[in-house]
Amino acid sequence: MNIYVLLKQVPGTSDVKMDEETGTMIRTEHKNVINPLDENALAEAIRLRDVMPEAKVTAISMGPPHAQKALREAIALGADEAVLLSHRGFGGSDTLATSKALAKALVTLAGGKLGKNDLVLCGERATDGETGQVGPMVSAILDVPVVTYVRKIDCENHAIVAERVVEEGLELIKASLPAVVTVIKDINQPGFPTLSGKLKAKSREIPVITPLDLGLSSDDVGLQGSPTRVVKVFRPRLSRDTIMCRQDSAGTAVDNLISFLEERGVV
Amino acid sequence: MYRGVMIIGEQRGGELHPVTYELLARGRALADKLSEELSCVVLGHDMERFAEGIIQRGADVVYIVDNPLLRNFLPRPYTSVLTRLAKEVKPEIVLAAATTQGRTIMPLVAAKLDTGLTADCTGLDIDPLDRSLLQTRPAIGGNVMATIKTPASRPQMATVRPKSTKPLSADKARSGRVVLKSYEKDMFTTCEELVRFVKDATQDVNVQDADIVVSGGKGLKTRDNFCMIEELASLFGAAVGATRDVVDLGWVGYPHQIGLSGKTVSPKLYIALGLSGSVQHLAGMQTSETIVAINKDPDAQIFKVADFGIVGDLFDVVPELIEKLKERKNGKLRREG
Ligand SMILES: Cc1cc2nc3c(=O)[nH]c(=O)nc-3n(C[C@H](O)[C@H](O)[C@H](O)COP(=O)(O)OP(=O)(O)OC[C@H]3O[C@@H](n4cnc5c(N)ncnc54)[C@H](O)[C@@H]3O)c2cc1C
Ligand SMILES: Nc1ncnc2c1ncn2[C@@H]1O[C@H](COP(=O)(O)O)[C@@H](O)[C@H]1O
Repeated sequence: MNIYVLLKQVPGTSDVKMDEETGTMIRTEHKNVINPLDENALAEAIRLRDVMPEAKVTAISMGPPHAQKALREAIALGADEAVLLSHRGFGGSDTLATSKALAKALVTLAGGKLGKNDLVLCGERATDGETGQVGPMVSAILDVPVVTYVRKIDCENHAIVAERVVEEGLELIKASLPAVVTVIKDINQPGFPTLSGKLKAKSREIPVITPLDLGLSSDDVGLQGSPTRVVKVFRPRLSRDTIMCRQDSAGTAVDNLISFLEERGVV
Repeated sequence: MYRGVMIIGEQRGGELHPVTYELLARGRALADKLSEELSCVVLGHDMERFAEGIIQRGADVVYIVDNPLLRNFLPRPYTSVLTRLAKEVKPEIVLAAATTQGRTIMPLVAAKLDTGLTADCTGLDIDPLDRSLLQTRPAIGGNVMATIKTPASRPQMATVRPKSTKPLSADKARSGRVVLKSYEKDMFTTCEELVRFVKDATQDVNVQDADIVVSGGKGLKTRDNFCMIEELASLFGAAVGATRDVVDLGWVGYPHQIGLSGKTVSPKLYIALGLSGSVQHLAGMQTSETIVAINKDPDAQIFKVADFGIVGDLFDVVPELIEKLKERKNGKLRREG
């Protein structure tokens, strides 16, 4: 059984600062982290591997060269292997182009086709893009089942049974393998790097894969392979005509509030 | 030639979910700007009875795909059918709700159609220059809004945040066509199976359906004080909302979280107590009809979106408000009695 974890490096949350003048984001490289839900995906992969004979966990990431730091962290946390898709040609990929590259990488690593017991784990969404599209898109390209919003996975022979959290409750879904599963925070509590993991992470070569290695052309990935374009970024203007009161001991502020609510017909 | 707007109706447990009406309102506005038709697809079993209502709420055409195997939402057959239908009808725009269903099915269909998809849009418009879809969504943790286009691929696909649109009222005079679609059996084959559905009471917090939401932030200081929010909410017949910090502290469960990584609400009245009004929180509530804020910091961001603000200590203001609302209620009862 091969368990693949798709793992994205994202800016640390406290780290997203805005340039107030230009309205653009200021990113600092060294504060990047593994996308929090991808840590859950990785922890789940490790948990499954540890109860499965001969299972192997491979972390795959696509991103700039410094994303290898996230992959080293993944190895320290217990992944067996890690590969990085990194090349200028991948730059500017939207979710579809990213998914095509990751799907192609999965197929290539699996030697042409995912195996009958293989599982691909993703986070439900990444904190930077917040789209939650990559997992399902990868499954569509690979033409394998997908189960989204998963908080529990049980492996059976050539199948999984997963608890999927939806608006009104819980679905118990059985899907055949190979499959893609996207996980939510409730699935587990990610662990910490082990000493031996840290040592392994230090010495490990992390192979870098380019579009060429995957047989992808510039039409498939990068900006050219991306059907969507960001055409404008702006700061939302928020303003209403606000009635302001200051609390006083006479209680006028609250009286005014109640009259205001009566006027608006909400009480 | 791709023409017209298609929305994907949402079916849950054999009923049409009201988020469908929100999509119809969105779709109608876009179709009118384009002078094209608005269609609505409904997948499921025994769903034809909803067609009339869908037309009354804005659709020109309703496609019904009826099959017992579509009774429950399952990615594989839903993807096969929607992909096929999109290829036949060739809409230039396809919209679905940004719910667990919509957010699962749309990326699958978009990948099959090899086209772009924008998640969680709060704004949709037509570019007058080239008739393309302008898809606006919060980006970078809600700090900015980004407008996204799909210049060359069709259809242009987007999921729309629930509760970011008001449905149109039903117009009994509207007419439209109902088209029943049937497909060969292998379109419905699946390698997924719904073994069981368990309704979860703890998930039943309907902040999104409530007319009034009373939300508390870290300014409440402790879980015990948070009871004040719950008391005020029950006086208003309101749902309880919270900021992420409050949810992370464990004062209330995640279903109560309002904001970018929680729920989007637009109730008639939103009361924000002891919360600062971070961009991420505002992203989930700023479209509320009326916003009331109580905060001791006169410069708190939340006042920027408020209609009525009280600068003061909530530990004074809220008990006073609760007291006066109770008096008012009792007074009313006495007058009526
Ligand atoms: C990617 C990302 C996603 C996020 N998603 C969400 C989300 O979905 N929802 C969300 O809410 N947050 C979200 N956040 C977190 C957000 O940035 C803020 O940290 C959070 O909203 C702040 O919560 P708060 O207003 O309760 O706390 P604070 O910002 O600490 O505000 C507390 C307020 O209480 C006031 N106060 C204190 N004492 C009193 C008193 N006695 N009387 C009156 N007022 C008082 C203070 O003046 C202050 O304004 C997200 C952050 C990131 C980076
Ligand atoms: N560049 C990437 N490299 C590896 N995995 C990714 C990448 N982008 C997205 N993913 C995976 O897809 C999930 C959803 O991401 P997103 O669609 O960007 O919200 C993430 O939690 C990751 O598991």
